[in-house]
Amino acid sequence: MTAETLSAPPSTPARRPLFRRRSAIPGFGVTLGVTLTILSLIVLIPLAAVAIKAATLSPSQFVAAAFSERAWAAYRLTFGAAFVAAVINGLFGVLTTWALVRYEFPGKTVINALVDLPFALPTAVAGIALATLYAPNGWIGQFLTPLGIKAAYNPIGVTIALIFIGLPFVVRTIEPVMRDLSADVEEAAASLGAGRLATIWRIILPALGPAWLTGFALAFARGVGEYGSVIFIAGNMPYKSEIAPLLIIIQLEQFEYANAAAIAVVMLGVSFLMLLLINAIQAWSRRFV
Amino acid sequence: MAAQPARARHPTEDPAWVKVLVIGLVALFLGLVLILPLAAVFAEALRKGVDVALAAITTSDALAAIKLTLITAAIAVPFNAAFGLCAAWAIAKHDFPGKALLITLIDLPFSVSPVVAGLIYVLVFGLQGWFGESLIDHDIKIIFAVPGIVLATIFVTFPFIARELIPLMQEQGVSEEEAAVSMGASGLYTFWRVTAPNVRWGLLYGVLLCNARAMGEFGAVSVVSGHIRGLTNTMPLHVEILYNEYDFVAAFSVAALLCLLAVVTLVLKSVLEIVQPDVKRGGGH
Repeated sequence: MTAETLSAPPSTPARRPLFRRRSAIPGFGVTLGVTLTILSLIVLIPLAAVAIKAATLSPSQFVAAAFSERAWAAYRLTFGAAFVAAVINGLFGVLTTWALVRYEFPGKTVINALVDLPFALPTAVAGIALATLYAPNGWIGQFLTPLGIKAAYNPIGVTIALIFIGLPFVVRTIEPVMRDLSADVEEAAASLGAGRLATIWRIILPALGPAWLTGFALAFARGVGEYGSVIFIAGNMPYKSEIAPLLIIIQLEQFEYANAAAIAVVMLGVSFLMLLLINAIQAWSRRFV
Repeated sequence: MAAQPARARHPTEDPAWVKVLVIGLVALFLGLVLILPLAAVFAEALRKGVDVALAAITTSDALAAIKLTLITAAIAVPFNAAFGLCAAWAIAKHDFPGKALLITLIDLPFSVSPVVAGLIYVLVFGLQGWFGESLIDHDIKIIFAVPGIVLATIFVTFPFIARELIPLMQEQGVSEEEAAVSMGASGLYTFWRVTAPNVRWGLLYGVLLCNARAMGEFGAVSVVSGHIRGLTNTMPLHVEILYNEYDFVAAFSVAALLCLLAVVTLVLKSVLEIVQPDVKRGGGH
């Protein structure tokens, strides 16, 4: 935006017109037309089908499908596990980013690349690998069983899968902000007598706040919709370890399309709220830059 | 540093014990969450030796799954690349009201559960769907067939390339294109000779991430595929079937192939980030 303002000729009126003078670069009509058409055909119209299908239900049928006791249990698990996973990722994500941005250590390049593994690894592969590791006789599970901890086929398993899925969202969102933190501010704080801990607590963490919240929200939103990595480790017991996306699949398999759409509408509503929240956080954080 | 213990450490530097503690914690966490799962896949795949693993990925069903995965990515990735270039040209090189809303709408598939992404196409093209009957009349199969798998894959990977290109092209501004056009170059010529060379690394970056997701997509594809062996099974779906049949070595062998894809993607991505640091601006999740 600033670059644009600077390069604008001095004759441009100060008030920005709704449509700027016709751009010298051709192809606007065609590319915007194609973009809107494809966006509508691939994304918007099919998404509208969910709402339209759900609207064929009467209000009481909708409530029965979307807010049955079993659905409530699934929402509690889905949102609860996604929240806990996002909190854990929030903590370890900051530590990981701190180590990657501030420290030099052997293997840093590999660690840096590996953080993106959840973006690159198919979710089903992550799912069977985590289930095998954390199962009672698995590499990690065998050490947890004597402690009385069951880490697979229950809500803990769901949370573990969502930790895997969400980590890069937190790290990659706070990383650029942490990199851009000016050393001057820290030096100023230190020279004014602030201890290291006070500097981190009062200066660095507040500056990371908006990015951290965005990363948290992104990880949470992704976790709520996640399916592939979760179903293998979840156990999928109704009322206990059944996630909301699985409930949609079960309805589909019984050809209850309207019921599936009703649950999908609830999930889309939450995704939409998350999207608004993320945009609001980013707009709010821009006020301080 | 050790030779001069008297010298105070720089005020913005953490004490050594803090560094060791943080790096140790991070290593432990990443080890448990990222590295062990990756190692487990290869260990389980090779449990009965390389020959058994190789045999598992060369059965006719596995080969059919590999082929379908490659076909799906070969359609979905170029489609999204073309869309991304088109959208980025309109958004980054021109000014119009509602731009922010359009970018948000393009990002929308990121916040939709993959299962819902599959469901929407079942509702449109499925037997009970909007076009279900007319599709049957014309003997066209979309759901439980390859077109549905391709569509669902396009949906979940829809924003990858666009959101990589839009910020990159916005940052590069319009002056070079305006110069070319003012000297008489056509729009296509300007795109080809001026814009394309500027964005090729960003495009490659987006293509890499898009391809990894396209080949690995599970939830959305699982809803529309129907799981017909040898016909509508992609590699991730084949992994699921083998795993649910307790054929763990075979499941992990196919999974190991997908892991190799992920590792190659990460290596190329890191190389690209080191050689062309600009590509990272877009933030490709």
